[in-house]
Amino acid sequence: MSENLAAFFYLVASVFFILALRGLSSPQTARVGNLYGIFGMVIAVVTTLLTPHVVSYWLIVAGIVIGGAIGTYIALQIQMTALPQLVAAFHSLVGLAAVCVAAAAFTAPQEFGIGVPGAIERPSLVEMSIGMAIGAITFTGSIVAFSKLQGLVSGRPLMFPGQHLLNAGLGVLLVVLIAIVVASGAGAAFWGLLALSLALGFLLIMPIGGADMPVVISMLNSYSGWAACGIGFTLSNSLLIITGALVGSSGAILSYIMCKGMNRSIVNVVLGGFGTEGGAVVASGRAGDRAVKSGSADDAAFILKNAKSVIVVPGYGMAVAQAQHALREMADLLKKDGVEVRYAIHPVAGRMPGHMNVLLAEANVPYDEVFELDEINRDFPSTDVAFVIGANDVTNPAAKTDPNSPIYGMPILDVERAKTVLFVKRSMASGYAGVENELFYRDNTMMLFGDAKKMCEEIVKAME
Amino acid sequence: MADPTSLAERAGGLADDAGRLARELEAMAHQLSFQASTVGTAPVGGPSLVYELTIFVLAVFVGYHVVWRVTPALHSPLMSVTNAISSVIIVGALIAAGPAAFGFAKFIGFVAVALAAVNIFGGFIVTQRMLQMFQRRK
Repeated sequence: MSENLAAFFYLVASVFFILALRGLSSPQTARVGNLYGIFGMVIAVVTTLLTPHVVSYWLIVAGIVIGGAIGTYIALQIQMTALPQLVAAFHSLVGLAAVCVAAAAFTAPQEFGIGVPGAIERPSLVEMSIGMAIGAITFTGSIVAFSKLQGLVSGRPLMFPGQHLLNAGLGVLLVVLIAIVVASGAGAAFWGLLALSLALGFLLIMPIGGADMPVVISMLNSYSGWAACGIGFTLSNSLLIITGALVGSSGAILSYIMCKGMNRSIVNVVLGGFGTEGGAVVASGRAGDRAVKSGSADDAAFILKNAKSVIVVPGYGMAVAQAQHALREMADLLKKDGVEVRYAIHPVAGRMPGHMNVLLAEANVPYDEVFELDEINRDFPSTDVAFVIGANDVTNPAAKTDPNSPIYGMPILDVERAKTVLFVKRSMASGYAGVENELFYRDNTMMLFGDAKKMCEEIVKAME
Repeated sequence: MADPTSLAERAGGLADDAGRLARELEAMAHQLSFQASTVGTAPVGGPSLVYELTIFVLAVFVGYHVVWRVTPALHSPLMSVTNAISSVIIVGALIAAGPAAFGFAKFIGFVAVALAAVNIFGGFIVTQRMLQMFQRRK
């Protein structure tokens, strides 16, 4: 296949990838969109195999078969609650693949048409160094994110004195090493750059706390795109450049949306340390012996049955307790009684963007009953019951009223405007931000203490 | 004068040399044409970099506009599908793993092919699984 024809097919593949993302604008078109994505990938792979670069196939076939089998197995086995760590793990693979390709291009540049070993063209060296550095940071950073999400290491931010100074210093060193690689083309500098980038990936993600992971995963998603871009520049391949740019901007937008959902700047998240003692101190200032009204499953069943409209506010706690199926059963019973049931999702509910929507969809909650914060917030005053399950900080009115609160300015779901608020919670412990929620002490609030799943099942029993 | 047999031997040697030279020339021509085909369409250096940057910047804009239109409910599938398509980096891996001769580059090319394949299959399948779950009210 000639280079021109190959370039044409790469263009076709790029268009398919754009259509794949375009399909996600609505659940009806999304499945077709995913098929477009698969077409695009098949075209890209077949086109490359037919170019004169590729003459030996057996190793390639082996790689695709082995990798494909592993990928298929994992994707079919994975629980939807474990989705965030799966995506983090997949990001690390993209990063590592980028590193491998950059290393191959450095050691055998003649195969890529960018020079001979030891005398690679300057622009290619720049692009390949940057691509490899981003790939390596994505690789180790994603491994840290995966370990935190999977619970292999503590989700608490890991801080030590001089951390930011060290990272900044290493960042400068990274730029210097890239300059040395470009100037000299020396192998030692290239491999040194690889080692430094790997270390930097670890150090950058370590200080970021478990509940900031939605931002981190989005960020790493973005990085994996930019890494692909860097390799695309190295190989002068427009498909890689286009796809990398699509993925890079997608991850960047998701990071932005997540940050906005927490009213924090990306810098604040990246510097890390959120959710430590700082928050706990604030909490102790308000804590007292104020009385809370707590109720049983029977009380909750009674209140829910007499309501006309209910808005369910699920949080990460619901996912941890695997309560989504029991919750949907409860909602079904209510709907049978003519109660209007809707779900309100906060942008940062769950451990990755859109995670809660997937968990509800898995429990067969129709997607047209699930609403985003902007769509549903004005409906709380006309709602009888707000049923908060496994969420806390995202309902805290302090975000609107208390300028000293660490979560001040964060958009919240106005559950306190509903006639009655039911809070399913295991204890009075504060949420991730370490902030007391004054909502617990209000007259129209009833606390339902217990495991989210058990509580839902008991409410279902009480209603039957 | 030399005898006919040694003359014939020398002629034979010369013919062998010529043959070898021809083969070397052929190999060089092959390599040249190969380089021309890879480099020729996009001259290295100034113009090609600007050309690539043009593609890059336009693609960022396309990405920006397409992604903002994605409904927030589908942000998880968005993430897994972008993860799958970013594995298009397999294109580079295939080139690295493609040459006839075995070496370090071919080996890490193979590793990269396998890693990218995990992502491609895993990413698209898990996206499909998620999207199957999104159902309307019955």
